[in-house]
Amino acid sequence: MLAWTIYISFLGVLVLMLLPKGNAALARKVALTTALVGLGIAIAGLVQYKSAIAVPGAEKIVSVTDVDWVPSLGIKYHLAADGVSITLVLLTGLAAVAGILFSWNIEHRAKEFFAFYLALIGGVYGVFLSFDLFLLFVFYEIAIVPKYFIIAIWGSTRREYGAMKLALYSFIGSAMVLVGLIAAYVVSGAHSFDVTELAKYPFTPHFQFWAFPLVFVGFAILAGMWPFHTWAPTGHVAAPTAASMLLAGVVMKLGAYGCLRVAMTLFPEGLVAWRNCFAILAIIGIIYGAMVALVQKDFKFVIGYSSVSHMGFVLLGLMTLNAIGLSGAVLQMFSHGIIAGLLFAVVGRMVYDRTHTRDLDELQGMGLSKVMPFAAATFVIAGMASMGLPGFSGFAAEFQVLIGAWQAFPALAILTGIGILVGVAYTLRVLQKAFYGDGEAEAGSENQHEHEPMPPISVPERLGAVMLIAISLLIGLFPRLLLDVIIPSFDSPLFDWLRRTR
Amino acid sequence: MNYLDLFKLAVPEMVIVVTALVVLAVDVVTLRDLELRFRFIVAGMIACVGCVGATAWMLISHPSANLFGGMFVIDPTTQIVKIALLALTIFTILLSMDSDFTDHVGEYLALILLGAVGMMFLVSAEDIVMIFIALELTSLSLYILTAFNKRDIKSAEASLKYFLFGGMSAAFTLFGLSFIYGLSGTTNLPAIAAAMAGKGLDPLLVVAIVMVVIGFGFKIAAVPFHLWAPDAYQGAPTPSAAFIASGSKVASFFIFAKIMAVGFAGKEIEGSGAWHDYAAGWVPVVAIVAALSMVLGNLVAIVQTSVRRLIAYSAIAHAGYMLIAVLAHNRQSLVSLIYYAVTYGLTTVGAFGVVAVVERGTGGEKLSDFAGLSRRAPLVSFCMLIFMLSLAGIPPLAGFFGKFYVFSAAVNAGAPNLGLLWLVILAVAMSAVSLYYYLQVLKQIYVKDAADPAPLKTTVLTRVVLVLLAALVILFGCAPNLLLRWF
Repeated sequence: MLAWTIYISFLGVLVLMLLPKGNAALARKVALTTALVGLGIAIAGLVQYKSAIAVPGAEKIVSVTDVDWVPSLGIKYHLAADGVSITLVLLTGLAAVAGILFSWNIEHRAKEFFAFYLALIGGVYGVFLSFDLFLLFVFYEIAIVPKYFIIAIWGSTRREYGAMKLALYSFIGSAMVLVGLIAAYVVSGAHSFDVTELAKYPFTPHFQFWAFPLVFVGFAILAGMWPFHTWAPTGHVAAPTAASMLLAGVVMKLGAYGCLRVAMTLFPEGLVAWRNCFAILAIIGIIYGAMVALVQKDFKFVIGYSSVSHMGFVLLGLMTLNAIGLSGAVLQMFSHGIIAGLLFAVVGRMVYDRTHTRDLDELQGMGLSKVMPFAAATFVIAGMASMGLPGFSGFAAEFQVLIGAWQAFPALAILTGIGILVGVAYTLRVLQKAFYGDGEAEAGSENQHEHEPMPPISVPERLGAVMLIAISLLIGLFPRLLLDVIIPSFDSPLFDWLRRTR
Repeated sequence: MNYLDLFKLAVPEMVIVVTALVVLAVDVVTLRDLELRFRFIVAGMIACVGCVGATAWMLISHPSANLFGGMFVIDPTTQIVKIALLALTIFTILLSMDSDFTDHVGEYLALILLGAVGMMFLVSAEDIVMIFIALELTSLSLYILTAFNKRDIKSAEASLKYFLFGGMSAAFTLFGLSFIYGLSGTTNLPAIAAAMAGKGLDPLLVVAIVMVVIGFGFKIAAVPFHLWAPDAYQGAPTPSAAFIASGSKVASFFIFAKIMAVGFAGKEIEGSGAWHDYAAGWVPVVAIVAALSMVLGNLVAIVQTSVRRLIAYSAIAHAGYMLIAVLAHNRQSLVSLIYYAVTYGLTTVGAFGVVAVVERGTGGEKLSDFAGLSRRAPLVSFCMLIFMLSLAGIPPLAGFFGKFYVFSAAVNAGAPNLGLLWLVILAVAMSAVSLYYYLQVLKQIYVKDAADPAPLKTTVLTRVVLVLLAALVILFGCAPNLLLRWF
């Protein structure tokens, strides 16, 4: 059933392409319906999976489809799911719906916009469900192209530059992955790309030593690992709101998921050899991203760099190599997907589309908390979640990552504290500047407001914001909802390396 | 062996030759005074029927033969390649039906068919004399096809360049082949390999190998013998350029791979292009040519402003990728080469079809002439999206699987120490570069706004052909087995 998340998305693309030109309202409805159906399937899949693994001794990997695709090369069309992929499929469904709600105001070439958008979503679902690495790679690249067009056509600041940079970074990353995959395929001689088959093959330490960083970095580029993160802020800033939400919300997770599912699973010895190196890069990312966010003048750049910082937690969690750190990393992927989506929605849709500026100094003079109280309230909540206040999903996730890190690298865990502190600082700074600046003092700017009254926050925006906040709170208060499927997944044979490397 | 049997085996080639003559006759005798478009449609339909007939014959009869010591070899592989060649010929003819650059309809179509016959004989040849003759038949047809637009001086220039380079390279090829005959005393490829086995790398053989590589390097437009390609692609009438870029490429690559793998078999002649395990022979020579083609083709394509020249440089880069399959020289790499060349041919014909549409609509083929095409001709634009992404190697399109197959075959050939991985890494890195310039074309089409937003006129025929080609590119990409199961 889960496979239908993919098919329904591409079916949506097809329907959108056949729609008559210029009917934006219809395109929106088709897109929203498609995304909602996808989300429904994802939720049903989660529930089904939960009941399936409740039976003691049940398989932790649920196969969805498994047929031959290119028999002469041993390539199979193998879709399956474990707790990690189910969590991320659910995130994709949520992000897709929220993104469409926040792009309700797109009138310019709306049909094409939603077609590219759903193609991207379909590719992302596919990556999370593929257990054949060739198939995973195919979906991974399908997700690259629509991003380029969405940003280049509907974006804002330096959109063509940002779009091209993003496309080339992604493609170079996937090129590295491709080389690693072909080499692993040939060396193993298994005549199969199935991850469960390849994971069994003991690659020589020498091979793993160069193949692991190749594949890991290839994926980590998309996860925004420092120093390959520079596409992320420029891409996020250039992208239209929905695309920023998706980029930060799910596309960066593609990278982190690839690191976990492919690089770490196939090359555990390489992982052990390179572990400290990548853990240090992750922590640099956490601190660097937060520091840079602290001094940005552009509202969206703040959020863009905060994404780099938060993705650092994911990578750090992966490097801890213990169950609590790993489950924290997966939970952080989910949590950051929700929170970053919310932050970008406030900045891009609620504020920028109305004020037409993202310059914090200009926003300071507008007194936005009075003009749009809903946006201010949403941002306060999203900011608290982003800071990692208990009760929100960010806390549950980052706390676990920190415990894991404390067990694995105590010294580095202390350094991470700096990142969290700076995180509080930059969030409070933008909150204060953007929403609670005292703009009323300046008579000039007040007149300006009277000239162009801002449209009120629309219903789809409210719906989207409430949905994302509710999810973040729900997972923050009951993290077990997801942890109950994530943690048992680490018992599957696919995670044997976790027990070997301990 | 009597001549009736030979006749039976060569039915497809005969059919095409007869069709060429019929097209010529019909056009001269009955169509001369009619409207140009009508003449093209009637003559083109006759030509297509001939091609379809020949294809059908090959599909229903499965002969296997080796006549006159390799002069004419038929096996399942050559049949598939011939069918693919005829398919590419049909698409070329269909795209030429909309053109208005010449009044000599019969001659134009007959030359395309004769070129196709040359390619078919080329594919079937395992004898160096026959190879040379077939090569010349193809080349001479292509030179004239390039010059066919008599109203445009660029067409004449392109043809002259193509002819002079081509004549020179034919001389090199013949020179090299004569050395091979001198060394081995035979003209049959397997016999040559047998005669030279165990003799080591003779200095004369080295000269012969280099000459042959130069000659074929020209045909497939590999660096440093590529100089004619951008001019020919730019100046030639669009269907001619499409034919040079597709059918001629497929046939030349197939025969080049055959000469190298069959004629120069044997460890000491092959040598090795592996990273730490270099050994003199033809493999390292081809490896160098492949590496140069990939790097130069992709880097120079970045700065092009003319779409035709961009396609030409991308063709040079693709020749580099395909050379990797040539130098891997095993069964798997041969299959991957055929898959790659055929799907590449389909994609390029389609891309030239779109260029033709834009040229007719805007009068130019600069990148800026493509601006806003997605709103002027959405369907054609979508086809171009498919073609460009396939050339860039984005899944699930045929171009991706072709690259993947070639690369994995090459790595496999160098197993277990992954000797050829350095070439594959270079190729994958360069294909990441190539995404940049393919996106430049798509950026013009989808992102930029047109100066004149009026819809572009396209004929139904063009739309059908382009959609068909795009569908094939998607189909072979999603289900590569459709092609692979024939091997």
